[in-house]
Amino acid sequence: MAEDHRSADEAPRVPWYNDPIWRGYVFQGLTLIVVAGIAWTIVHNTAVNLEKRHIAQGFGFLSTTAGFDLAQESISFPKDASYGRALLVGLVNTVIVAVAGIVFATIVGFLVGVGRLSHNFVISRLCTGYVELLRNIPLLLQIFFWYFAVLGVLPSPRDSIQPVPGWVFLNNRGLYLPEFRFGGFAGDGIFYGLIFGLVVSWFVRRWASKRQMETGQPFPAGWTSVALIVGLPLVLFAASGFDLTLVAPKKSVFNLSGGIQIIPELMALVLAISLYTASFIAEVVRAGILAVSHGQTEAARSLGLSHGQTLRLVVIPQAMRVIIPPLTNQYLNLTKNSSLAVAIAYPDLVSVGGIVLNQSGQAIEVIAIWMAIYLGTSVATAMIMNAYNRRMAIVER
Amino acid sequence: MTDATQHSGAYVRETLAEAREAPGRFFGPIAWMRQHLFGSVIDTLLTFLGVAIIAWLAWQVIDFAFLRAVWTGENGEVCRKEGAGACWPYVEAYWKQFVYGRYPIEERWRPTLVFALFAATLVPLAIPSVPYKRLNVFLFLVAFPVVSFFLLTGGVFGLVEVETTVWGGLLVTLIVALTGIVCSLPFGILLALGRRSKLPIIRILCIVFIEFWRGVPLITVLFMASNMLPLFMPAGMEVDKLLRALIGVALFTGAYLAETIRGGLQAIPKGQYEGAMALGLGYWQMMGLIVMPQALKMVIPGIVNSFISLFKDTTLVLIVSLFDLLGMIQASLADPIWISPVTGKTGYFVAAVTFWVFCFGMSRYSQWMERRLATGHKR
Amino acid sequence: MTKTMIVATFGVALAASVAGASAGTLDDVKAKGFIQCGVSQGLAGFSQPDSAGNWAGLDVDFCRSIAAAIFNDTSKVKFTPLSAKERFTALQSGEIDVLSRNTTWTMSRDTKQGKFAGVMYYDGQGFMVRKSLGITSAKQLGGASVCTNTGTTTELNLADWFRTQKLDYKVVSFEKSEEVVKAYDAGRCDVLTTDASGLYAERLKLTKPDEHIVLPEIISKEPLGPMVRQGDDAWFNVVKWTYFALLSAEEAGVTKANVDEMKAKSENPDIKRLLGKDGSFGTDIGLTNDWAYQIVKLMGNYGELFEKNVGETSPLKISRGINALWSKGGLQYAPPIR
Repeated sequence: MAEDHRSADEAPRVPWYNDPIWRGYVFQGLTLIVVAGIAWTIVHNTAVNLEKRHIAQGFGFLSTTAGFDLAQESISFPKDASYGRALLVGLVNTVIVAVAGIVFATIVGFLVGVGRLSHNFVISRLCTGYVELLRNIPLLLQIFFWYFAVLGVLPSPRDSIQPVPGWVFLNNRGLYLPEFRFGGFAGDGIFYGLIFGLVVSWFVRRWASKRQMETGQPFPAGWTSVALIVGLPLVLFAASGFDLTLVAPKKSVFNLSGGIQIIPELMALVLAISLYTASFIAEVVRAGILAVSHGQTEAARSLGLSHGQTLRLVVIPQAMRVIIPPLTNQYLNLTKNSSLAVAIAYPDLVSVGGIVLNQSGQAIEVIAIWMAIYLGTSVATAMIMNAYNRRMAIVER
Repeated sequence: MTDATQHSGAYVRETLAEAREAPGRFFGPIAWMRQHLFGSVIDTLLTFLGVAIIAWLAWQVIDFAFLRAVWTGENGEVCRKEGAGACWPYVEAYWKQFVYGRYPIEERWRPTLVFALFAATLVPLAIPSVPYKRLNVFLFLVAFPVVSFFLLTGGVFGLVEVETTVWGGLLVTLIVALTGIVCSLPFGILLALGRRSKLPIIRILCIVFIEFWRGVPLITVLFMASNMLPLFMPAGMEVDKLLRALIGVALFTGAYLAETIRGGLQAIPKGQYEGAMALGLGYWQMMGLIVMPQALKMVIPGIVNSFISLFKDTTLVLIVSLFDLLGMIQASLADPIWISPVTGKTGYFVAAVTFWVFCFGMSRYSQWMERRLATGHKR
Repeated sequence: MTKTMIVATFGVALAASVAGASAGTLDDVKAKGFIQCGVSQGLAGFSQPDSAGNWAGLDVDFCRSIAAAIFNDTSKVKFTPLSAKERFTALQSGEIDVLSRNTTWTMSRDTKQGKFAGVMYYDGQGFMVRKSLGITSAKQLGGASVCTNTGTTTELNLADWFRTQKLDYKVVSFEKSEEVVKAYDAGRCDVLTTDASGLYAERLKLTKPDEHIVLPEIISKEPLGPMVRQGDDAWFNVVKWTYFALLSAEEAGVTKANVDEMKAKSENPDIKRLLGKDGSFGTDIGLTNDWAYQIVKLMGNYGELFEKNVGETSPLKISRGINALWSKGGLQYAPPIR
């Protein structure tokens, strides 16, 4: 290192063991050896233990017939389906909870967060109370509360509540909705119309912003997009002659059959995790809005922007930059928290995994699958977030 | 010259105008209400809606917990009648189990003593003006856990040995949360330092470790601790069930604390590092004497917040069949003697109030500390 | 960082050297002075702690009988409450010495998870429904919602049965039996299914037990028995023959009350061998010769344990049925001691 600058006869002042670079190598080498040693010990012990207990290793068990049924089979789960298929059903169920939870939590969280900043005394206090109450009570307790409160309040299937008589039923077996069945090319038409509309409106927006940059002429890209995304599928649906049948749930001896059933476990879980997470999102939103200085609003107004434009073009974009990173974090937390489903028998990835673990005895493999899926989600989100942050940083100049 | 003044005298006042009263629209309770409650039609509607919601919720709670509540009784029979509210005799019969779990009755003075020691070491620590902080920290983080360990498990000094399988209730909640935080603190510090280290291998190992635990739900960590830890150990070595959960919780919390502490480390100005190096301090001296004391002080609110979430998360241990406060309450609900439609609600109500009081208190403390530390920095 | 790692490796190395000296379970049990027994977390009649925390029930008493055989002292047992999910891991990892937790004897469990030492209780899966539904047979259950436990043979039997009957059903499966009961009580399901003995026990936990009936169909064979680790014959023998001793005592008419008299006076060669006056059957399996005497003296015979915990005199009021001795038309049968 620094030796080039010294004359040959000058003794080195730092002995090699005090040289930071050497020390760095030694330290790292030691750490690696120790970590590898621990890893080896664990792997070795596990192998020995498994051998002793005659537990087979490997993922072969995934293709064995499961032989049990699940309370919510979001994708088809035939009688002879395998453990692997069961886990896939669990994964889909987790995604359903996560998506529904994120949507509700975002809506409630934004409302409460804005409400906390309201100049209306009652509303701001109510929102503060909401946040302080919900985030200081364990989520698991809230899940139990909603589950048994929901079950306790709702009537038995025989005397269901019917918000839309004959079509929608609400009872302690869940919420029953009519099923939409599209005939002919209506289903495909709507699907492809939607995709096409999305793609075209993306191009329209790009073209509109480019034109505005060059000529200053605004183009109502927002309305055009809405027209494209809603209109195209509608036109295609109309062309099929509105080929749609509604299948209403029908009463049978015990339950209702037909239609779409939303089981109470799902309702309670989504309610609990979205209301809980909303209390955290509210804080994130509040902090984000407070982070935009008042001068920004004043400047925008003095430039002649309307109230709506100020919000849309000045305040929200800046607040979002502060809000989005912690918001994503909350979304991740919500997804991880959905694993508490196991406490109320909603068949998510963790509860189905638990059943598989039990029936097959393959603890290591099942836990590895859990970890891989949750870690994968986290890492993917983190990568997207980093990309987003980089993009935001460029915009910031 | 005077002319001009006289000419203009038609519109120039020569006396000061009387001071008028401040307009009522901006001050006083009515104005306040106008501004904050009835600003517009929508505002007024919102106000009434808000008041209605608050009144309804308050009524529900008061009605259930007091007005319709059953106060005395020998068994669940009294709570089974129509329209009964909270079943307090059930709580009276069971509250000791909620606190101690199934800890042997004649040995319950031991956990009580532990609770007392906990309060005695924590309270002075939490009040900034009490002196002897160093000694206090030592007592709380080292002496208290060791003493509690021997007090609770027994088997020495003539104390009867008490199995961890009979521990439960608030005792387990506190043990899991406290052990989690105390064990993971040094661990978190090392991980945070490692993540900021210049040595690539150490840094990568720390990042992988931290991100692994942060990326998975606690419940899978607990499942892993209870199902896989026995497999990792050499054959024949047993790990206590509570200890397994504690290891899982400590690893998990360690990763989160590491990130909190890293935040504190990042907030220390570079000058502090450079100053320390200029004084000729080595890495550990620099960290131990200059950087860490400042960083840790700064992250006290963060640590308290981690503790709050850990405290709430302890409820998850009931899924791996340990009986924390919530688990104990749930277990007591299966008692045929006390079965009634309101027993469950009462139990959950007690759990919710207990957790809320603890967590809200701690969050208030953390906010207060944050403000205090913030002003400390400005000065 | 490195320092903790080094400490950790030392810890592991130390632990490894300690663990090297592990012998058979029987010797281990004798050395540590107690049996670690895995039981259910709370199933009335089989293993349930009372308000003072003392365990009671048939499964619990079986563990006490082993303690009586080894230590002449029924208090030398420590109980570990286990969920269905944890039980086999706990047994295999050595956390417990014997699993006495209403576990169904199946081929895969007997060959992969451990070894069954006997059948403490011949059970079968049944259904409980509300009387108000007016149902008399399980075959009328098409379309019903069924509450059950996960991690048991119950949910597999359930699926099999409804499939063979070509009936539709909806399953709601919980982790803990108390949650199953609570959900059924709250009206989440029409049917509660578990082992018939369990149904009687769980019915006590419902808000209005009288409004529920157990349907006559038994849809499966559920021989429930104690389980030990594989590859430890000495320990397996002790557990297995403790069970047989309980049965033999009942068959020979030896009870807790008359065991002293029998030991002193009986000339019946079966009883003399059982109570250790003839032969060296006890010492041959590593116990004392009066092992069976101690079991009966301290605990009673199988019939007495059954009556006390689940029989007609207990709150569960279950009749002996197929759990009677073979000589009385049941299935309980012990090989002779000779």
